[in-house]
Amino acid sequence: MHSICFQATGVPRSNYIFDSCSPALAISKPINLRFCGLRKEAFGFSGLTHSSSGRVRFSSRGHSKKVSASAESNGSPPKSFDYDLIIIGAGVGGHGAALHAVEKGLKTAIIEGDVVGGTCVNRGCVPSKALLAVSGKMRELQSEHHMKALGLQVSAAGYDRQGVADHANNLASKIRSNLTNSMKALGVDILTGVGTIVGPQKVKYGKVGFPDNIVTAKNIIIATGSVPFVPKGIEVDGKTVITSDHALKLESVPDWIAIVGSGYIGLEFSDVYTALGSEVTFIEALDQLMPGFDPEIGKLAQRVLINPRKIDYHTGVFATKITPAKDGKPVIIELIDAKTKEPKDTLEVDAALIATGRAPFTNGLGLENVNVVTQRGFVPVDERMQVIDTNGNLVPHLYCIGDANGKMMLAHAASAQGISVVEQVTGRDHVLNHLSIPAACFTHPEISMVGLTEPQAREKAQKEGFEVGVAKTSFKANTKALAENEGEGLAKLIYRPDNGEILGVHIFGLHAADLIHEASNAIALGTRIQDIKFAVHAHPTLSEVLDELFKSAKVKAAALSHGPVSEPVAV
Amino acid sequence: MANVLQTSFLPSTSSLRRPSISGSKGKSQSLQVKAKIREIFMPALSSTMTEGKIVSWMKSEGDKLSKGESVVVVESDKADMDVESFHEGFLAAIMVEEGGVAPVGSAIALLAETEDEISEAKAKSQSSSSSTPQVVEEKPKQIEEAAPDVPAAAAAPSVPVAKAVTLGSAVHPASEGGKRIVASPYAKKLAKELKVDLGAVVGSGPLGRIVAKDVEAAAVAVPVAASPAKPDPVAPGIELGTVVPFTTMQGAVSRNMVESLSVPTFRVGYTITTNALDALYKKIKSKGVTMTALLAKATALALVQHPVVNSCCRDGNSFTYNSSINIAVAVAIDGGLITPVLQDADKVDIYTLSRKWKELVDKARAKQLQPHEYNTGMLFHVSIVQLDDIDAGIFFGVMLFAYLLC
Repeated sequence: MHSICFQATGVPRSNYIFDSCSPALAISKPINLRFCGLRKEAFGFSGLTHSSSGRVRFSSRGHSKKVSASAESNGSPPKSFDYDLIIIGAGVGGHGAALHAVEKGLKTAIIEGDVVGGTCVNRGCVPSKALLAVSGKMRELQSEHHMKALGLQVSAAGYDRQGVADHANNLASKIRSNLTNSMKALGVDILTGVGTIVGPQKVKYGKVGFPDNIVTAKNIIIATGSVPFVPKGIEVDGKTVITSDHALKLESVPDWIAIVGSGYIGLEFSDVYTALGSEVTFIEALDQLMPGFDPEIGKLAQRVLINPRKIDYHTGVFATKITPAKDGKPVIIELIDAKTKEPKDTLEVDAALIATGRAPFTNGLGLENVNVVTQRGFVPVDERMQVIDTNGNLVPHLYCIGDANGKMMLAHAASAQGISVVEQVTGRDHVLNHLSIPAACFTHPEISMVGLTEPQAREKAQKEGFEVGVAKTSFKANTKALAENEGEGLAKLIYRPDNGEILGVHIFGLHAADLIHEASNAIALGTRIQDIKFAVHAHPTLSEVLDELFKSAKVKAAALSHGPVSEPVAV
Repeated sequence: MANVLQTSFLPSTSSLRRPSISGSKGKSQSLQVKAKIREIFMPALSSTMTEGKIVSWMKSEGDKLSKGESVVVVESDKADMDVESFHEGFLAAIMVEEGGVAPVGSAIALLAETEDEISEAKAKSQSSSSSTPQVVEEKPKQIEEAAPDVPAAAAAPSVPVAKAVTLGSAVHPASEGGKRIVASPYAKKLAKELKVDLGAVVGSGPLGRIVAKDVEAAAVAVPVAASPAKPDPVAPGIELGTVVPFTTMQGAVSRNMVESLSVPTFRVGYTITTNALDALYKKIKSKGVTMTALLAKATALALVQHPVVNSCCRDGNSFTYNSSINIAVAVAIDGGLITPVLQDADKVDIYTLSRKWKELVDKARAKQLQPHEYNTGMLFHVSIVQLDDIDAGIFFGVMLFAYLLC
């Protein structure tokens, strides 16, 4: 078996890694170090300077050694595999892994039982951002006083629901086909059917009603993702009681919708619905709305995103029973107190959106065939995404990335994990630093964050005995924000004054989701404040908000005299 | 006239954001705030600042404050600044909530010297908003009763037209016979802001729920100020067929009514489109200005231009012009009606006028109006009769009476 020829790619392929002692790095272009927050220990260097053209020393295993070792760990002599790598699930995680694998010269196949693109493209990020773009514009156009302050008059802005839904749909289709084509073009085999692990390094796949195919691969990555979680007692009918899957199709805009769960999914939908004219009621089990955010940001977000809008809320309650609307009766939601479980209230609304989180999609994966048991549906993995079996041992050649492992249920985290796995299987150890992965909520204004929240930082500081510094700045001080009349916003930097390490950055304001990357890059690379504060930011841009933060942080003089930090960046 | 003619007027709605401490003057005690209870003022953070917005309270009610400690974060035109306390004590009452706006110099919180005074300070700050949203429920009944009793001659200073929102949401199908109120989120917000009792609003939204425009309609409709004590519905308690003598107040009203019949009157009805008024009202509503105050002020300003309307004839031969423009607006109180007076309404600014009006109403309801407050010589009476919401505009007929009480 040899590598399949394919068209249009700049990456020459080598044969299978396992039987060639030539390094997998027989690629014309230099290694692209994927800095997903690499632990410096893993690389063993003490400097922060790297050029992309330089080769990097690896502290651990040489490639060929690793390759033959793993081949032998099977207990059987190296046999030939159909593929170097099989990925189960063609969502964002799988796609990211597949692209990187091809770049590294692996013969790759990807199994997809539903639609390419998975949740993100079809039922998640892509359509939701389309809807949020619409709602952002609607909100702007409808804000009379905002327009007036700019000297504009807009008469009766309106929308056509089908047009909005089509925009989201069309975008999803487009991205889906882009994804498919990109993989096909690179020579990734897209196998259609539901994939199941039947044994070590062996997968079967097939469509219902058709015979199964069995394929073997040196390494397998599980990337099956997640589905919306619906707590028991809630009856989803797809029309009046819906999950995000249905909501993104925007088949209707209800007058009054209750959103169960005030995390970022619920928050984004509240933004969409209120901009389109609905009224929203949040139902939150915890005592605080938006529990995942830094409390200071959460408070400001509540002031801007909830209080002035047609939104009210019930906190500290569970929705034990939700009955869809029928026979002219509205959707009925029964609430009980979260702690005492006493019945608290009953709501009657036009629709209910269940946004209580996502559950891993791992049923039928055949994990029992490799002695793996899921925990609450999640596949247990270590920090290298290697799957752990019931005895606590690592299952060789089996990895799990993305929502299915539950480590960080975000699209870009999934692809970063996928890349990390491909790095490992091609001979470079790699441990992803999740603290350098940013997250964003695309409300208007946006919220974004990377690293620790202030309470988390203070807790860590107490345990480890260091001081925490907090720098804050308002968007009101930013020229560009004021020019747009969007001065409402706050950026917050949590850092260590003793060594200039950035612990966390939180932004609430215009384009927060784009601005955060300066900070996440800094954390990934271990850049300290005293170094980054000299970087120049164009004026007038929103990025000066971060410039302000870095410049206003007070790093102790002692730290300034040291050379580049050799301490590890926290993982 | 078995029952008094109830005047209806706009509730002097005051949200908690209203910065004044008129509450402390609400009781007829000394107007001075006791030295032990101090006010925390909205500071001027820049020379250009006229009002500030409270970003967040760093201390909560009941917290101990030391001199120089930051109490609140205020947003000015330039930046957010921490405001310190100048005295030691306890943060007794927060008068302007987070997100609220207050003019520079107005009180935003009360500081009590000792813990015991916290409750006292709280009482002071709350007495202004203590007149609970009228129990509007019984209004419909009273109005319906009163209506047939009203003499056809609209000489009466106040004729409540029974157009007001009628029975409460007991008719809501989902509310299980009045047990539950079903209102949309925006309706609830508005109700809180406009101090409307949702229990008395009829829902016109889908499945009978209360929506925002129902609340708006209820707020501008003609709620009767029920007494803070027991809201006694008219029907029970009166034995039919018996003779019940007038109370003093009822007697006085009756006398004045009869007297007024001998006064030549004419009525002018005018339809006014109130878009500009609405816009103004919307703008300053949050500062505690009510429609009543606005109308009183408007009347006063009109009288400045047409003083002859503010004159009276005593001897049948001459005009006696009022030396000042004092507007009296009728307030329905339990068992009767009284007309507190806004003195020099033309000279006083709208915010002070609103505040003053609020005080007077509270005093009237607590039956603590001083004679000079309802009886200053020649008065110009304004009675607000009916505010009807038709289409998107507010269309009301204000009947100004050349009702001369000389």
